[in-house]
Amino acid sequence: MRAVSVGGRRAGRWYGALWPPVAFGAGSIVLWELAVKVFDFQPYFLPPPSAIWQQFKENPQLIWHATKVSGLNALIGLLAGAVLGIAVAFLLARFRLLNDLVTPLAVALNAVPIFVLVAVFNNMFSITSEVPRRLMVTLVVGFIVLVNVARGLREVAPTQLELMRSYAATEFAILRKARVPNAVPYLFTALKIAAPAAVITAFVSEYFGGSQNGLGSRIVASIAISKNATAWAYVLGACLLGLTFYLITVGLERAASPGGVAARRRDGA
Amino acid sequence: MSEAAVEVRGMTKTFNAGRPGSVDALVDIDLTIRPGEFVSLIGPSGCGKSTQLRLIANLLEPTTGEVLVNGKSARQARLDQDYGMAFQQAGLFEWRNVAKNVELPLELKGWDKQRRRRRALEMLELVKLPEFADHLPWQLSGGMQQRVAIARALAAHPPLLLMDEPFGALDEMTREHMQSELLRVCGETETTVVFVTHSIPEAVFLSTRVVVMSPRPGRITTVVPVDLGARRGVDTREDPAFFIKVTEVREALRGMPVTDLDEPVREP
Repeated sequence: MRAVSVGGRRAGRWYGALWPPVAFGAGSIVLWELAVKVFDFQPYFLPPPSAIWQQFKENPQLIWHATKVSGLNALIGLLAGAVLGIAVAFLLARFRLLNDLVTPLAVALNAVPIFVLVAVFNNMFSITSEVPRRLMVTLVVGFIVLVNVARGLREVAPTQLELMRSYAATEFAILRKARVPNAVPYLFTALKIAAPAAVITAFVSEYFGGSQNGLGSRIVASIAISKNATAWAYVLGACLLGLTFYLITVGLERAASPGGVAARRRDGA
Repeated sequence: MSEAAVEVRGMTKTFNAGRPGSVDALVDIDLTIRPGEFVSLIGPSGCGKSTQLRLIANLLEPTTGEVLVNGKSARQARLDQDYGMAFQQAGLFEWRNVAKNVELPLELKGWDKQRRRRRALEMLELVKLPEFADHLPWQLSGGMQQRVAIARALAAHPPLLLMDEPFGALDEMTREHMQSELLRVCGETETTVVFVTHSIPEAVFLSTRVVVMSPRPGRITTVVPVDLGARRGVDTREDPAFFIKVTEVREALRGMPVTDLDEPVREP
């Protein structure tokens, strides 16, 4: 019988998968530090990691505050975008014509860096408003979620659909028992892509004007006054924020599939 | 047993009828299947045997002619869930555990939770997988998944089981084992079976009648009655009577053009 326990093996694999990237990352930082010393790079060109860490330690409140502003924008946009994307995906699954109209457009728009639209949104709201940035994140996330969830609702295995028809299942029953559960892994895939994208969009949106309060605008402002190491310290904050968002969605995915359906599929079992 | 389990009269199926590129998939099909029979449809690829099964299941509508299942129209039989169905792909819902998969047709019939659960466990007992009720499909081998699919197809105790190459993706040894299991299960539940296959020994081993079909347009050329007795087992496949019937079916299939179409034509 082929039912297997994976508990012990998984622990070993975790460790095995973890140390190479960690070692590589640590090695890169050491090389960076050495390169700055050996080639005597000027601070405006590339500050050493030690100087960046110094700035990071010295300005915890400033970085934390900027992180909160950008993080909140990203979070609100992520949630609103997910709701929007899911809602439209359901509409597309329900109405064939709408699907034929919207899906090619959504796929095409997904390939365009639509965050440049934030300049237009800025014009629509007051200069200190956070709404344009949140709106931008919502749109970026919305498209990613829409495209993936719509595919999950649509691409149910043909055998499963024929079975449901042989049971004389109503369209609603097919939606509830086949399409929606089929789309769940697609949603989490979308969120895993969308979470870091939300953070990036929140930062980049700040480059287009508005309040100088988020990580993105702090990076630009620090560079403008030649505080390069400080700018890099904000970049470090941005990395940590992006990572946090990503880890949250990975955690959500694990919680949502205790049997590990998605994980098992990836493992090719 | 007054009425036929399946009655097909003057049925034709033309895909894209009346349009350019129309394909005559089936022509003049007449077939009567009595309750308790095990009938195999066999023929080269593209002969419309899967199409015929889908017409009986009312997953497709015939162009002309009619299909009756238990004396009702095929459509009514589908709405009443008068048949169970199994395909080459087990088609288990990967987010449901094994028992919940078996319960699916009962859920759609509106059975309450306890009754569903009890029946699902009975069915798993029948296909000898009771200890796997709480497993997820990926934890089972291909043969075990197919047994779950059969348990699911029979869960509502339908009088008719429609199977489309259910063992086509299994290795030879698993396949022979599954054939014996299927005979046992259908014998115990007194289910009529219509079975699509392209394996001659499989058709002969399982069937009371083998329906031989020709391709393009698909029609029934020969019906070979087989009676290898109720107690078929490992020895049956070495029985001279088995070989005689295998040869008879092979002769009936000989000389048919082999098309290079692997898949039956489906409605676009």
